[in-house]
Amino acid sequence: MTDITQTATLAPGGGRTMERVRLLLRSRSGLVGLIIVVLLGVLSLLSAFGLLPYDPIAQDPPARLQPPSAEHWFGTDQFGRDVFSRVAAGVANSALISLVAVAFATLVGTFCGLVAGFYRGVSDGVISGVTNVLFAFPPLLLALSLASVFDRNWFTIAVAIAIVYVPIFIRVTRGPVLSLREIEYVKAATSTGQSRSMVMFRHVLPNIASIIIVQVTLSLSWAVLTEASLSFLGLGTPPPAPSLGSMIFEARTLIGIAPWTMIAPGAVVVLLVVGLNLLGDGLRDALDPRNRGKK
Amino acid sequence: MLRRILAALATLLGVAVFVFIMLRAIPGNQITAGLGTEAAALTPAQQQQLEAYYGLDQPLIVQFFSWLGNVFTGNLGFSARAQQSVLELTAQSLPVTIELAIFSIVLALLIGIPLGMLSASRPDSPRDAFGQVVGLAGLSIPAFLLATTLLAVLASSFGFNPNGEGYAYLVDDPWLNLQQMLLPSIVLGFGIAAPIMRTTRTAVLEIRSNDFIRTAKAKGVPPRRLQAKHVLGNALVPIVTMTGLQFGYLLGGAVVVEQIFSLPGIGRQVLLGIQQKEYALVQSTVLIIALSFVIVNLLTDVLYRMIDPRVRAA
Repeated sequence: MTDITQTATLAPGGGRTMERVRLLLRSRSGLVGLIIVVLLGVLSLLSAFGLLPYDPIAQDPPARLQPPSAEHWFGTDQFGRDVFSRVAAGVANSALISLVAVAFATLVGTFCGLVAGFYRGVSDGVISGVTNVLFAFPPLLLALSLASVFDRNWFTIAVAIAIVYVPIFIRVTRGPVLSLREIEYVKAATSTGQSRSMVMFRHVLPNIASIIIVQVTLSLSWAVLTEASLSFLGLGTPPPAPSLGSMIFEARTLIGIAPWTMIAPGAVVVLLVVGLNLLGDGLRDALDPRNRGKK
Repeated sequence: MLRRILAALATLLGVAVFVFIMLRAIPGNQITAGLGTEAAALTPAQQQQLEAYYGLDQPLIVQFFSWLGNVFTGNLGFSARAQQSVLELTAQSLPVTIELAIFSIVLALLIGIPLGMLSASRPDSPRDAFGQVVGLAGLSIPAFLLATTLLAVLASSFGFNPNGEGYAYLVDDPWLNLQQMLLPSIVLGFGIAAPIMRTTRTAVLEIRSNDFIRTAKAKGVPPRRLQAKHVLGNALVPIVTMTGLQFGYLLGGAVVVEQIFSLPGIGRQVLLGIQQKEYALVQSTVLIIALSFVIVNLLTDVLYRMIDPRVRAA
């Protein structure tokens, strides 16, 4: 609660964004997280622009199960496919699904949370009711059930994951909005005759932006894990499209003879999630008004 | 309390509606799922008869209430593949998952609380860094990766694979059962230890800055007693909340681990139902999982009142 009122009373100034970036780069975890996320981002861009050394789904049976070498950096799998190219394409796939899922969850969840917290009344009752219902499911179970309903492709998987994370954004937004609507300047803005939706978007939303930014980063790490778990269970992006989860699933019988087929995708999943978690922690510290002005 | 129970009931009704709608949205139905490609050979008359038999020709709202009425009378449907009622199947699978959840939670508390206290005992020190790194690993290593690696390494290097044999129920063969529960509990416990560690660390740090701790110190309370009674005692409230939440998640969220270690738990029951398009099985099982989750949350609330006199008074 105190955080919110403090944020709300801060005078907006030009140097704020820069100061926050500086704070983020100063925190060791934030910096490390940022570097990991940027590196993996570049890797997925290489895949998106077709700049990978090999076609990730092209089979080359004579070259199967080769250990890492100068030719195949991460070795090859049981069909002779280049593991490095597959991992890069897997990261791109995972990033695409997670970004779309979290973007959708952020838009819908934040909007519903704003409306529920600001307007209260019937809209709050309905939105909070739906939130409670969605929260009664363990997240992976919900994603699994939803993924099985749709025709599976990357977009429907993203939608399934998004539905799981919408209630988190609703809850994270609604609470602070409830206390913000009672604060003087919001009341003042309402009394000057601005429409309520105008007040909601112009005066309330900017004040919860930092909470949402942190939540986006952390949700991205959960979304990556959920997508990988789904594809591990065979309910993710259908093959032959490379996905980190299904690569690990296929590698589990090869671990004795070709451990690289497991290590490469496994390490990359962990790295991606670690990077996002660190970045989230760093952002939380950098955006926390209590840390302002610290050297 | 009564309000909480009523709200929980409303949530459960919402869950029932949601599950019902979701499964009706699946392309294909019980008939096509049961007959596979042979379903195409059905004449329209046969199709109609089968639909009438399964009640699929009724309006959706009628189908929903007939299903809900059955649920209330304990008739959760019948699984054609298993040739058993869903109630019987659940009576076998739910204890497996509950056992797994209890072991995992105990392990997670044994790792998470000491680690959190260790981290909090000297913030920004090497020991804090150690705790934080273990916590981050728990949050970031996917359960399926840890599970497959453990299984593969232990099975190939040490020939230890108790889960390779058929599942032994606790009452039939307790020793084998405990061995089979070991690896899955470690995998899940490690993952849950992370949020418990973080919660403990934050709570301990916050409580230690309170005036009553300084007073207790000034009164000459020995450090051990101070840690155990004054600090941990007060930190228990957020830890209990987090534990309750995680326990609830485990009841359905253990699906990946159950699948990898071939434990016939309730998560696996849902997965099988989804793969075989058995409406009744999935619907009822998901409803039971949500029910358990809501009950665990209510119990956490009760426990919370017992621990925190301030909440009790309010």
